[in-house]
Parts: sequence; C-alpha cells; structure tokens
Amino acid sequence: MKRTLFVLSIAVVLSACGDKPQELQTNKHDAPAYTGTGKAFVNADWKAGDKGSWESHLKARSQYGMNDYTRMN
Amino acid sequence: MARMKFVCDAERCIECNGCVTACKNEHEVPWGVNRRRVVTLNDGVPGEKSISVACMHCSDAPCMAVCPVNCFYRTDEGVVLHDKDVCIGCGYCSYACPFGAPQFPSQGTFGVRGKMDKCTFCAGGPEENGSQAEFEKYGRNRLAEGKLPACAEMCSTKALIAGDGDVVADIFRNRVLRRGKGAEVWGWGTAYGSKQAGQPAAEGVKS
Repeated sequence: MKRTLFVLSIAVVLSACGDKPQELQTNKHDAPAYTGTGKAFVNADWKAGDKGSWESHLKARSQYGMNDYTRMN
Repeated sequence: MARMKFVCDAERCIECNGCVTACKNEHEVPWGVNRRRVVTLNDGVPGEKSISVACMHCSDAPCMAVCPVNCFYRTDEGVVLHDKDVCIGCGYCSYACPFGAPQFPSQGTFGVRGKMDKCTFCAGGPEENGSQAEFEKYGRNRLAEGKLPACAEMCSTKALIAGDGDVVADIFRNRVLRRGKGAEVWGWGTAYGSKQAGQPAAEGVKS
C-alpha cells in the first residue's frame, strides 16, 4: 500500500517536469490557389478545383495580357 | 506549371509608378509600407534605366533561411509567403533580402516595428482563400481568383511581366530578339539563378 502510494505520488510530482513539444510549427496549411475563393470577382474562364484548367488559364492570361507581339500581330 | 516569376524589362519601364499604385490600391497597403517601388539608376543621366522592385519570390529565399521563427513557406507555385501570426517582427529577413522587400509598418502589434509585410505575388496568405481575414492581413488573393499580380496586369508598357516562369521568359526572349538589345534582367540571377544573395556561384553552373 505504502509502495503504491509512493509510486503514485512520485508520478504526480514528476509529471510537472514534463515539457510540451517545442517543434517549429509548419505554415504549409495554406489552401492551393487553384481551389478558388468561392466568391465574386473570380475570373470565369477556369473551373475552381481543377488545377489543370487554372494553370492553362493563367498561362493564356499571361500571353494575351502581357505579350503584345501576340496581341498586335 | 513552372514556378511563378517576375521580370522587369528596363528597356520599357517609364517610371510611371503605376505598379506601385496598383499594388497599394489592390491590397489597401497602409501608409509607409511599399510592397513595390520603382528604382531609377543614373537618374537624370542620358540612358537612365528604371526597374520595378518587390519581393522576387526567390528560388532559394534568404529570408526563409534566416527567419528565427520559421514564418515563411513556399507554395506549390513557388510563391514565398509568410504567416503574420508567427512573425515576431525581428527584421532579420530585411537584412537578408537582396531586394529590400520586407516592410515593417510602424503601427501594429509591436509598435515601432510591426509584423513584416511584403509582396505576396497577389497570393494572399495562410488564411482561407478570399476571406476577409486574409485580405486584412495579406491583401487580395488574385491567384485564387484566376488572375495575375495587379502590378504586372496594370503595367502600361508591359515592362513588368509576372506569371509562369516559362511563359514570362518566353515573352521576354521574344522581345529581346525583336528589338536586338536589352537582354539584361536585373535581379533575375540573384532571385532565380545559382548566385544567391552574394554567394559565389557553384562551379560549372550558370546563373
């Protein structure tokens, strides 16, 4: 009985010596951009959640928006 | 998709500061914080050149390497973002950045030097895409809206190009070939090449 009590009390006392893990948290919990915002002001030329259509849309947007040689000629 | 990149064509930049204004307006950036700015080299001298500078979202970002609280992360598209809930405003990133991108608002949690603010490539932050919280902390998430950064899309002369690395490099290459000059791209080697933040290039590797 005494021994059990001693072990229990030691366990309680030593539990204060425990330490919370201090690992650096990861910030990689950002949702991918191709999932969209689900709000207004979204360009309608691609389908939210479809990575392929988002990528090809952005590539096309770069070409017709910033490549004036393809726009003029 | 290749990673997202910025290119500023010094042959075309006319120092109009349209990119700076577009950025300030799009993200409602506070007074004193300039995520993007136009730098003129040899101002007033014939042949002066201007370039638009912001965070270049480096391949091997020195800010990420020096951050003591690991607040930076890189998206799948290669955009370097940070978590303002983790940032302690120490300013190490500011010393490490070769482009002077990190900004520190004078009002905020830490008083004189607030949590760091920088260009997000219009990709928001770790908050929910398109949410009010994301907008207030990081600005608008245009990438999630299927748009490209406001600065580049508003550029009147298309000096500033942003988007998929392969596409922007192709657009720039085409321009250089047609005009026959102006192939220098300031910051490209530092941001995306092998020469990172003043370190010597690895042997046999071109930047």
